Amino acid sequence: MTDDIVIIGGGTGGAVLANDLAERLDDEIDAGEVRVRLLNDGPDHVYKPVWLYVPFGKREPADGRRPLRELIDNRIEIEDTRVTEIDTDAKQLQTTTDATPIGYDHLVVGTGSTLASDEVPGLQEGGHDFYSEDGSLALREELLSFTEGHLVLSVIGSPHMCPAAPLEFSFMTDDWFRKRGLREDIEITYTYPIQRVHGNAQIAEWARPLLEERDITIETFFNAESVEPDEGVLTSMEGTELDYDLLVAIPPHRGVDIIEDAGLGDRGWVDVDKHTLEAEHAEDVYALGDAAATGVPKAGSVAHYQAGTIGQRLASEVRGQVPTAAYDGKTICFIETGMDSASFVEFDYQNPPSPIAPSQSIHWSKLAYNESYWLTARGLI
Amino acid sequence: MEIKGVGVTMSTSIEPTTTVDARGATCPGPLMDLIGAIRDGESGDVVRLLSDAEQSRTDVPEWVEEAGNTLHEIEEHDDYTAFYVEKA
Repeated sequence: MTDDIVIIGGGTGGAVLANDLAERLDDEIDAGEVRVRLLNDGPDHVYKPVWLYVPFGKREPADGRRPLRELIDNRIEIEDTRVTEIDTDAKQLQTTTDATPIGYDHLVVGTGSTLASDEVPGLQEGGHDFYSEDGSLALREELLSFTEGHLVLSVIGSPHMCPAAPLEFSFMTDDWFRKRGLREDIEITYTYPIQRVHGNAQIAEWARPLLEERDITIETFFNAESVEPDEGVLTSMEGTELDYDLLVAIPPHRGVDIIEDAGLGDRGWVDVDKHTLEAEHAEDVYALGDAAATGVPKAGSVAHYQAGTIGQRLASEVRGQVPTAAYDGKTICFIETGMDSASFVEFDYQNPPSPIAPSQSIHWSKLAYNESYWLTARGLI
Repeated sequence: MEIKGVGVTMSTSIEPTTTVDARGATCPGPLMDLIGAIRDGESGDVVRLLSDAEQSRTDVPEWVEEAGNTLHEIEEHDDYTAFYVEKA
């Protein structure tokens, strides 16, 4: 009898897990006792952190794309398909490419985040973003020729991918305009939904003085309600209006609809035990990365570490052992504080972050990691 | 806990329009869940937010006041707190 492991999603979590399983279950896969399939909606793996640099003309979206087949162990079956239904009772999946359902013994959901700009009236027409390939390219068109006016960076959705990125973008634009002698003609405003400048209290405490010393105007308790593209006005639920010349928004995020349809969780986020990563509403289902509602950031490092936990647990399960591996909330993140300086944080469920002093060497470390990320996707680092 | 003008009880008779169970979520998750429910609701709707995050006790009243909504009651339970918020 073969244990069928099916992974939905070939992002960081799915890719790292697939390679982890290929190594960990080496003998079982070769003996035909375990079959691992990776289902992805498209042929490529996408490394989203590249998009932060696209609006500044520093990178191209293509820099963040590589064929999954080049990154994943050959013993993992990759299928270019979209899952349209998860039936956790029958333990099978409907897809866009196969009339016959795909059965599973163990399912891992790594379906990631999608943008839901349509939830805020006017945002699609009036706002830009760097949270998608198309968005980052459209923003580049505006940003490269932006020489005067009011740039508003508004964090609308939370949770959202890469919680540090809005701060990074704000610090980078300030530095970028300053170095080009344009800063005096450009006002920058940063808005955040709660009373702090970041969801994490320690990071907020660290970032606020940096924003202030760079003359970046802060608007907290600002939950964007609507955008008037023609007038260039952003209005919050709290009644504040901001005139903008260039609106860069972090749009609301959702997971994919099949999660909610399957009863696994709301808004496309799978309810999981935050340590075991097991789904709370179904048997033999795990979730990782953005799709898992653990409360930790929706970030690549999280998906990477969670993949290791799930890999160990699945290996135990197929061998008839009690799984004991647990995810401890580990998150690491580089935070750009300008065009050539960065900080770094590391934290978990028990230990809060403590951002270290920004330096050029950390900035170069971030860029170096971005280059070596493909080794992470391959399961090597 | 004392919050000016807000009743703190062990049980309430307020009938919520909707309940948001944010227990288990860390901050700012519960507040963002509340904001999402208020965003989706109609004027006069009452959202019942369940949270076991300590910071919700300050985050929620501060935001409710800032946004001009009304915090009718805070209901204390053994291991979580229920906030009753009416959308303006």
